Amino acid sequence: MSSSNHKDHATLAAAFNKDEPRVDWHDQTLWWVRQKRDKAAAQVADWEALRDSASKIKDNVLSNLSEYLTKFEEEASRNGVIVHWAADAKEHNDIVLSILRNHKVDKMVKSKSMLTEECHLNEFLAAHNVEVVDTDLGERVVQLAEEPPSHIVLPCIHWKKEEIGELFHKHLGTPAGNADPQFLTYAARLHLREKFLTRRVALTGVNFAVAETGEFVVCTNEGNADMGAHLADVHIACMGIEKLIPKRDHLGVFLRLLTRSATGQPITTYSSHFRKPRPGQEMHIVLVDNGRSTHLGRKDFRNSLKCIRCAACFNTCPVYRRSGGHSYHTAVAGPIGSILSPNLDMKKYSDLPFASTLCGSCSNVCPVKIDIHEQLYKWRQVIVQEGNSPAAKTATMKAMTWVLSNPGVYHTAGKTGRWFMLNVPFTVNNRLNPWYHQRDLPAPPKQSFGEWYKKNKQ
Amino acid sequence: MRVGLFVPCYVDQFYPQVGIATLELLTRLGCDVVYPPDQTCCGQPMANSGYEHLTGGCNALFIRNFAEFEYIVAPSGSCVLHIKDHIHDANIAGKIYELVEFLTDVLKVDNLDACFPYKVGLHQSCHGQRGLHLAQMSELMAPPFSKPQKLLDMVKDIQLIDLDRKDECCGFGGTFCVAEEAVSVKMGKDRVADHLHHGAEVITGSDMSCLMHLEGILRRQKSPVQVKHIAEILNSKITG
Repeated sequence: MSSSNHKDHATLAAAFNKDEPRVDWHDQTLWWVRQKRDKAAAQVADWEALRDSASKIKDNVLSNLSEYLTKFEEEASRNGVIVHWAADAKEHNDIVLSILRNHKVDKMVKSKSMLTEECHLNEFLAAHNVEVVDTDLGERVVQLAEEPPSHIVLPCIHWKKEEIGELFHKHLGTPAGNADPQFLTYAARLHLREKFLTRRVALTGVNFAVAETGEFVVCTNEGNADMGAHLADVHIACMGIEKLIPKRDHLGVFLRLLTRSATGQPITTYSSHFRKPRPGQEMHIVLVDNGRSTHLGRKDFRNSLKCIRCAACFNTCPVYRRSGGHSYHTAVAGPIGSILSPNLDMKKYSDLPFASTLCGSCSNVCPVKIDIHEQLYKWRQVIVQEGNSPAAKTATMKAMTWVLSNPGVYHTAGKTGRWFMLNVPFTVNNRLNPWYHQRDLPAPPKQSFGEWYKKNKQ
Repeated sequence: MRVGLFVPCYVDQFYPQVGIATLELLTRLGCDVVYPPDQTCCGQPMANSGYEHLTGGCNALFIRNFAEFEYIVAPSGSCVLHIKDHIHDANIAGKIYELVEFLTDVLKVDNLDACFPYKVGLHQSCHGQRGLHLAQMSELMAPPFSKPQKLLDMVKDIQLIDLDRKDECCGFGGTFCVAEEAVSVKMGKDRVADHLHHGAEVITGSDMSCLMHLEGILRRQKSPVQVKHIAEILNSKITG
C-alpha cells in the first residue's frame, strides 16, 4: 500500500467487490462492449495491418513531435486560430480562465475532454466562480452526481438506468421511478438545449490534430461538441501535445480504428473537422504538455503517448471490469492509466502497475499497439528501485530470494513444510494469509518431486 | 535426446505428480530425461513484484543447473516465458521449452497412447497463450490454432467442453493473488463458473499456478470438479 493518505487500488477494488451481483453486471456490460469490438474488428480486412500502420504513424509523430507541433501551430495560426502553449495543468487552467475573463463570461459548455479531467479544470473554474456544464450525456450524469468519470469513453458505465432515473428526478425534475432510457435522454436533451443556446463559450477536446493543415477533429456520438462550438462566440479546444498526426490522409487509419476499438461502431456518429473560426467567432487551441515531455524522455514508457483514448484496454481488462474505474483513483483509469499515471506522480500511483495480472489482453486490443503489459512490468521495477515499495514487501522478497538462490536452504525449508506454507503463493503479508480467505491451500504432499526423484530415479 | 527437466518450485513442493507425469511422458516419447537436483525457482515471483534486480542468484543457479542440456523442458508456460524473457545466457536461450510446445514443435507428436474418459475444460493460461503463443488469442484477427487442444484431441475418450470466454485470465497473477485478493478471487470464481456451466468434470491447463488458484476456489466451494495438469492427462491410461 502506498504511504500517501489515499486508498490504494486493492482497497478500493475490495470495497467494489462487496456487492458481487453489481460486479457481475459491470463485468458483463463491459465484456459485451469487448465482444462488439471483436465483431467490428473482424469485419475489417487486414485489421492487424491497420493497427500496425497506426502504431508506426504514431511512432513517427513521437520521434518528430517538436517539428509537427511547430508546423501545426504555424498552420493553425494561418487559419486564424489563436494557439496557446501550456507547460502544465495550472497554466492550462489559467489560460482557459483568462479567455473567459477577457469575454466577461462566467458560464460555459464543455464536451468530452479527458485532458480537462487530468487538469481538474472543472474544480478550478468552480473555485473561480465559473459554471461549467458538461454536455456529453455520460459526463453530465457523473457531473450531477459530483463524481469523476469511471471510464474515458463511457463515463457513467458504473451507473444503472434506475439510478440515473433517480438522479434526473432530483436534478432535472423527471417523474420519480421513470428509468426509460429514451425518456431520460430526451429530458437531458431539453436540459442541455437551454445551455447550448445561452452559453457564449464552448470548450471541446481534440481527438486528432493534423500538422499539415492546422485542423483538428473532434469525435462524438451525440453531436454535443458541434452544438456547443457552432452556437458559441468562442470555441476553446484543449489537447495534449501527443494528439498530433502528420497528415489528413492518416485520419483514414485512425478514424477506422478509433470507434471500432472503443464501442464496436464503424465510426463515431460525428467526426467533425474544425479548421478556422467562422466570421465573428474566436477559436483557441491550448496545447498542453503536463508531463508529456518528461514521459517522452522515458525510453521504456514513451510509446504509451501513442494512446488515442479508445478504452479498448479498459473493456478487455479482467481486473478493470471487476474493480471499476474509481478504484484507479486517477483521471485515466484502466491499464493505460496505470502506465500513464506513474509519470504524473510516481508515489501516488505506485499501486497502479500492480493492479494487473500481466495477462496481456490489453496490448492485443490496443489499436496503436502499445506494449501495455510490458510497461506495467517495467513500472514495477522503477517503482521499487526508486523506493516506492513498502519495507515489509522488500524484506519478504529478500528472504525469498535467499531461500530460492540456495538449493540447500530451499530443500530444508521445503522439507519442514513450513516455509512454503507461509510463503507460497508468494504472500507479502504473513500475518494474515489473504490466499486462505476465500481459497483452500493445496494439501501438502508426503514428498516433493525432488525427494521422489532421489528415491526412484537416482 | 537429452532433456533437462525443470520442475518449478511450487510444482516441486505441492504437485510432485505433475513433475512425475512430465518425466514419464517425455521418457515414453523417447527422451533421456534428467532432473538436476539443485534447481529451485525461475525468479519470476521476485521479478513480477518489481524486484528483478534481486534475481541474479536464481538466474546463475538456473544456468549452472541447465547449461549442459540439449533441451530444457518445464511443465509451466509462465516460468518458461520468464526465463526466455530474462535469462539471455547463450547456454539457455533457444533451448528452453514449455512442455506442450516441446511436444508439438520439437518432438512433433502426432499420436499419444493416452485415455481420459472425462469432460474436460481447457484453461488457457495467459503467459503460455499470449506470451509463448501456445494458442491463438481471441483479441487478434488471425487464424485460430491451439497446441494444447491439438494434443488433447489425441487422447482417447476425452470430451473437451466449450467455454463462454475461452481465454480470460483466471486472476492468479503471482503476487496479485494476495495483493489484490478480492479481484483475484472474483476472477477465479468467474472462470470456475464458466467451466462448471459447461459441465466440466476436470479443468486442465499447462500452468499449475493458475490451476492451484482455481482448485483453491473449487475446494472452498466443495465442488467435486478436479484440476489436472495437461501432463497428467497426456500421460493418463484411465479407461472408462
